[in-house]
Amino acid sequence: MTSDYQTIIKDGLWDNNGVLSMLLGMCPTMAMTTSATNGLGMGLATAAVMAASSFLVAVFRKRISQEVRIPVFILIVASMVTLVDLAMNAWMHELYKVLGLFIPLIVSNCLPLARLEAFAAKSKALPSLVDGLFMGLGFTLALTLIGAVREILGSGTLFADASLLLGPPFKAMELRILPANMGVLMMILPPGGFLVTGLLVVVKRLFDLRAGKEIQMTGAHCAT
Amino acid sequence: MHGVILGTFCLGFGLVLAVTDRITKKDITLRAMEDRQTSLSQVIPERIHDNNLVKDTVVMKDSRNREITVYRARMKGKLTGVAFEISGTGYGGEIMLMLGVDPDGRLLGVRVLSHHETPGLGDRIETKKSNWILQFTGLSLGNPPPQRWKVKKDGGQFDSFAGATITPRAVVLAIRNGLEFFAANKASLTGRKQ
Repeated sequence: MTSDYQTIIKDGLWDNNGVLSMLLGMCPTMAMTTSATNGLGMGLATAAVMAASSFLVAVFRKRISQEVRIPVFILIVASMVTLVDLAMNAWMHELYKVLGLFIPLIVSNCLPLARLEAFAAKSKALPSLVDGLFMGLGFTLALTLIGAVREILGSGTLFADASLLLGPPFKAMELRILPANMGVLMMILPPGGFLVTGLLVVVKRLFDLRAGKEIQMTGAHCAT
Repeated sequence: MHGVILGTFCLGFGLVLAVTDRITKKDITLRAMEDRQTSLSQVIPERIHDNNLVKDTVVMKDSRNREITVYRARMKGKLTGVAFEISGTGYGGEIMLMLGVDPDGRLLGVRVLSHHETPGLGDRIETKKSNWILQFTGLSLGNPPPQRWKVKKDGGQFDSFAGATITPRAVVLAIRNGLEFFAANKASLTGRKQ
């Protein structure tokens, strides 16, 4: 059983990473990776939604009939997103001001839906929770990485405003890597998102090749 | 049968959301009020008022018949300034500004509340990125004269940014509109009381 969880965790974080392998969830990836902090925040919110909805779908999986499963999945994801949205607005307001606009986008991110369909609908509650959580954390990892590269090249900072997300003690994380006027504007604009994401996909595949793994060509079923 | 399943789920999650809405409502209203207070305190200096701006409001109509909420600053009951939101259309959509104006029509301060301008180009209207917006403090409709209330490119006196003219142009126009709104309603806003 332990090895099972290990596979799930490894799959979510690296082997089958939502962004870098499956190329799912491109919309929030492009929109929210203008800085490492934004990527981290969006990733964590998505991970919370994914863990909760995977768990719920697995719990109710025997009662959800095949014919109405998609609307029920979307209903569950949308409810979890609304919960996160309301809770963040009320209790993490500074962060909400940064991410608020993009939280509703999690509904249209097909990574949660893909995991519900591919995993949670056929598995027990606990493994599903783990799968949702680690797929979400893998998403977080990818978004933070892309965000960090774009932020360093585009604005010359790293983890700017991280204290808004994580609290005052994390002020020390906010770094300035390059002088203020050296940023390449294009990296913060949408083309930079595509460039960096593409390059990181290549980097990941090179790593996998070197490790002697076969590259999985998982076709993206939808790429919102 | 499928309809019953779907309906049950809708009902269940609907209930959960209704409860969450109830729990968070009070905090969310509070946060929205704090936000407004923060932006108000940036355009109305603390020392010129002793009242709570958020509670002392009046709703007026501008020349295009849109509703504008005016927040009034008072010192010992006497009006010392007003603040209101005004919008302009920039490169990426609506730019929301908060204007503070003293009873003589001079700007106490201007801040950008929200915008969708290009990062790195148009976003220098934010105080976080540049001091550009601070130059408006102290100006009024007569200073500079109306024909100079434009960006330099259009023959006015305000700098625009390299690579971004539309944004500053929209902001200058919006501020001017705001001052004209104040001038048109000056009598009802400041009059009689004194």
